[in-house]
This record gives sequence, C-alpha cells and structure tokens, in this order.
Amino acid sequence: MGAEKNYKQGQYVTEEIDFEQVIESKSFKKLMHDRKKFIIPLTIFFLVFYFMLPILTSYTTFLNTPAIGDISWVWLFALAQFVMTWVLCTIYVKKAASFDKQADQIIKEMEQGGDGR
Amino acid sequence: MSPTVIILFLAIVALTLVITFFAARKTQTAGDFYTAGGGLTGTQNGLAIAGDYLSAASFLGIAGAIAIFGFDGFFYSIGFLIAYLVVLFLVAEPLRNLGKYTLADMIKSRFDARKVRGAAALNTITISTFYMIAQLVGAGALIQLLFGIEYWLAVLIVGVMMTTYVLFGGMIATSWVQIVKAVLLMAGMVIMAFLVMLKFNFNIGQMFTEVKSVTTHGAAYLMPGLQYTEPLGTLSLMLALVLGTAGLPHILMRFFTVKDAKTARSSVITATWVIGLFYILTLFLGFGAAAFVGYETIIAANPGGNMAAPLLAQAIGGDLLFAFISAVAFATILAVVAGLVLAGASAFAHDLYGQIIKKGKVSESEQVKAARYASLAVSVLSIVLALFAQYLNVAFLVSLAFCIAASANLPVILYTVYWKRFNTAGAVTAMLTGLFSALILVSLSPSVFSPIEGAALFVGEPIFPLANPALVSVPLGFLGGYVGTILSKESNMKRYAEVKVKANTGYKSSGANH
Repeated sequence: MGAEKNYKQGQYVTEEIDFEQVIESKSFKKLMHDRKKFIIPLTIFFLVFYFMLPILTSYTTFLNTPAIGDISWVWLFALAQFVMTWVLCTIYVKKAASFDKQADQIIKEMEQGGDGR
Repeated sequence: MSPTVIILFLAIVALTLVITFFAARKTQTAGDFYTAGGGLTGTQNGLAIAGDYLSAASFLGIAGAIAIFGFDGFFYSIGFLIAYLVVLFLVAEPLRNLGKYTLADMIKSRFDARKVRGAAALNTITISTFYMIAQLVGAGALIQLLFGIEYWLAVLIVGVMMTTYVLFGGMIATSWVQIVKAVLLMAGMVIMAFLVMLKFNFNIGQMFTEVKSVTTHGAAYLMPGLQYTEPLGTLSLMLALVLGTAGLPHILMRFFTVKDAKTARSSVITATWVIGLFYILTLFLGFGAAAFVGYETIIAANPGGNMAAPLLAQAIGGDLLFAFISAVAFATILAVVAGLVLAGASAFAHDLYGQIIKKGKVSESEQVKAARYASLAVSVLSIVLALFAQYLNVAFLVSLAFCIAASANLPVILYTVYWKRFNTAGAVTAMLTGLFSALILVSLSPSVFSPIEGAALFVGEPIFPLANPALVSVPLGFLGGYVGTILSKESNMKRYAEVKVKANTGYKSSGANH
C-alpha cells in the first residue's frame, strides 16, 4: 500500500521540480560523468573478455595446450570468467556506494530548491 | 518409486503449501501480489533470483551437457553467469528506480502511449509462454523419469502446484518457494560435488586426468569443439545467453520486490555469488557423472543427458541421495514455473487489463482480483499447451526465449534509460523489430527445419543457418529502435530529464520510503 501512495506522489509532486535544470546542475553532471567513466570501460572490458573465450575456441587452438597437468588453458580462461565476475561485482559495490552519496546530495539540493546549481 | 522418494516429494509439497498458506494471509494489495509489497531484503531477493533463474534445464541440462560434451557443456554456465554483470551494471538499478510492477511500467516512465505498454506486454507474454512450455514439457518428462508416473499426470501435478502458489500467495509465496528451492538446490550441489571430490581424493588435477580416459572422446573431451563446431553459431548462442537474462520478464520483475536501487544492487550481488558457485559446481557434477555413471548409461536413460545428475547421486550417494536430488529437481521446477506464471499474469492483468483497457481506473481489490484471474488463465493455458507439446523437441524454446529477451526487451530498456533522443515510435519499433526478427529467424532456422526426420519440428532444409539467431536479431532490435526514433520528430526533453534524474538518483521512486 505504501508503495502505491508514494508512486502516485512521485507522479504529481515532481511537477514542481524542474528536472531539466537538475540535469544541468554541477553535482548531477559530476555524477553522470563519474558513472560513465566507471561503467562504460568496465562494461566494454567484461564483454570483450567474455567473447574472447568463444572467439578463441572457435578460431584458434592454442587454448588447448596444457597448463597444469591435464588442465588446459581453456579451463583456466573459463575459471577466470568466474573470478572476473566476482571481482567486478565487488568493485561495483564499492564504487556504487560513492554514487549513492552523490545521489543523496543531489536529492537534498533538489528538495532545498536549487542550492549549488 | 521408493518410499524415501515419496516422503521427500511430499515433504516439499507440504513445505511449499505451508508457505503459501502464510503468504496468502499477507497478500491483500496489488503491490503484495506482484512485488511482495516491495519488502524483501537484498539477501532474500538474491536467493529468490537464484531460485527463479536456476531452472531444471540448468541443474540437469548443464550437468548432463558437461557429462556428454565436456568443455562445450560449460559454455552455458559461463554465459548464464556473466549475464549478471549486464544486469548489475546497466539494468537493475534504473529499472528499480523507474518501474513499479512490470517492465512496461518502467518504459512508461518516459512514454505514455498505450501502444508502448501493449508492445511490452506482448513481449512479456511471448517470452514467458515459450519459457513456460519448455519448462513444463521438460518437467513432465523429468518427473516421468524420476517418479515413474505418466507424462500428463506429471504436468498436471506441477501445474496445480504452481497455480496454487501464485493464485493464493502471489509474489510472497513465489519468492519464498524460490528461496527455499535455492537453499535446497545449493545444498544438494555442494553435497554431490563434495562426494565427487572425495572420490578424486580432493585433487582437481587427478579429476581432469581421470575423466580424460573414461569417455569415448579421449583427450578431446577436455577441449572445446565437441558440440559447437560452427564459430558463428557459438557466438550467436553466447550473445543470447549474456544479453538475454537482462530482458527476461520473470527475472526483471524480481527487482520490484525490494525497496530501492541499493537493495536491488545487493540482491544481484547475492544472486551472482550463489549462481556463480552453482555453475562452478556443475563442472564437478558433469565430470562426476562422466566418470562414475558413464556415457552409455547417461544416454540410455535420456538422450539429452538430463538424468546425469540424479544418476550420479545414485552412484555416489545411494538411494537416499537419489531421492533427495530428485526432490530438489522437483522443487527447482516448481519455483521457476511459479515465477513465470506471475510474470505472464502481470502483463495480462496489470498492463493489458488494468492500464490499457481500464486506463488505470481500477480499485485495489479489482486489481488483485484481476491478477488472480490472470494467473489462473495463464496457468491453465500453459498446462494445456504443455500437454499437447509432449512430443515436440522443445529445447529450442528456451534459447528462443533468451533470444527474444535479448532482441526485443534489452534494446528498449537501454534506450529508455540512456538515450536522450529516444521516443514513442522508437520504443514500439525496437520492441516489435526485436520480437518479430527473433521469431521469424527461429522459424526458418535449424531448430525448426532439419533434413533429419524427428530432429526438429519440420523436415526440410533450414533457410537461416543459425539455430539461435541472436547475432542477427539483437542488432536488428537496436537498429529498429534507432530507425523508428529518427523517423519520428517527437522528442520530450523535459520527460527525459525527469527519467534521467530518477534513474540515477532514485528520487521519488515507488516504494522509496519503505
């Protein structure tokens, strides 16, 4: 029930806020800049890293060479995909905490009506 | 069927019914029904996501695929996991900040047109139906094997159970069934992997050396290329896997069950750890099955390898473990189909009936009633479809669902949040181009046409060469959205500014004050 009310509130109350002005504000632009700088390179990185696996296994055979005993490089590369996922998750959470702080600050400025714009 | 199997099977049925009973008492509003009132914690929702995502196809199918095809079976595990980085980095938080019950709600934050909502509902219904038929047919076949009962009875049992959870307990019951299932499944996986390692003296090197000699493939078993020999086909499949998850309606819906973007984020983190661990363990199950059950026995039980995990349980843990793993497989099926019913019902009752036909003028109790009728209708319809689909080779339906999700839903989600110029026409063309290109290409593909009788739906030469068309249909979905947008002059910067602020800050998102 609470969710319902807040949602409706969100729809109407927000009329008062000039969002175009908010996105032009210094603090919002900073948040967008920081997010982009973080998200875009890492997204490109994990997609490239991921597609490297099927590309290398489809077009080359060098991953088939043994690495440790009977375990070949392809298995280590596959394992690295798991490690990468967990590492990126951890990095993301740390970084997102600082985005949360910036977002809270922006909301505060919005509610106070334009400070710091 | 042994008494142990029956007892464990009934225990799971009883446990889920108790959950449904308590959930039913708490389900009063539409918010409760669709999103458990937005009141789940990050850990709870993370486990529920894992429970919703790790289907019987993952549990039994991937273990079987690894047992039969070695490394190539493991491709699925990797794709299904990395997909969560796409969810975490690009989709989860803005979705939570902008949406309410469904994907259509999120897109509506920018575009009011009813055709946008209609197209989004169409996508949700199509994806969920294909996924559901695949799950139910698979479930019927599996329960038939595990418990030795007739196919129609098996489908009916699963169907009645899923209907009961959703109809009475809505998202609260569904979430808790998924949480319980995730815990049981992980426990089963860890026990099996432990017993497999025990047999290999906890030496991973020894495991690799031994499986190399036990299969008929020899050293090739440990190398890629046994199953996927077409480079483009492999890439197309991998693309569908990694992008599809972020467009699956029943997974997206789970992000509305938490109070804010921060909790949505922590749910993805929990889910990613659980799902990652699960897929690592599939390797031990697959290798264990190859070594201790043997290729011939696995294939004899089921040509797709679906019985590899239960047979392994029998081989290393005896009847008790076999019974436990069978019961876990049953719980796995129930949790996934319940999530699918809910996603389908939300598109019918909330999007089509509540918002399009009734234009949002429905009372709280009418909404809940509509949601219940829709759940019942979706359940009955899928049970009937599944009964007729028994002899169809449905494996392609899951990859089709992932492909449509990646082609029809992901472009519109990303454009809505990140592209300033995006407009109503673009939203509709993105969704419809993605949907129809995936549908048409699949219907011309080797999944539908095969020169070998019985290998696919029809006998004949496939016109389109890729079994999974994501490599073509995903770019088409993005292109459709782009062309549709630039051909229309409409542009609403004010609305975009609002969406941008809300998506990135969580300002006044629904349920933000929980």
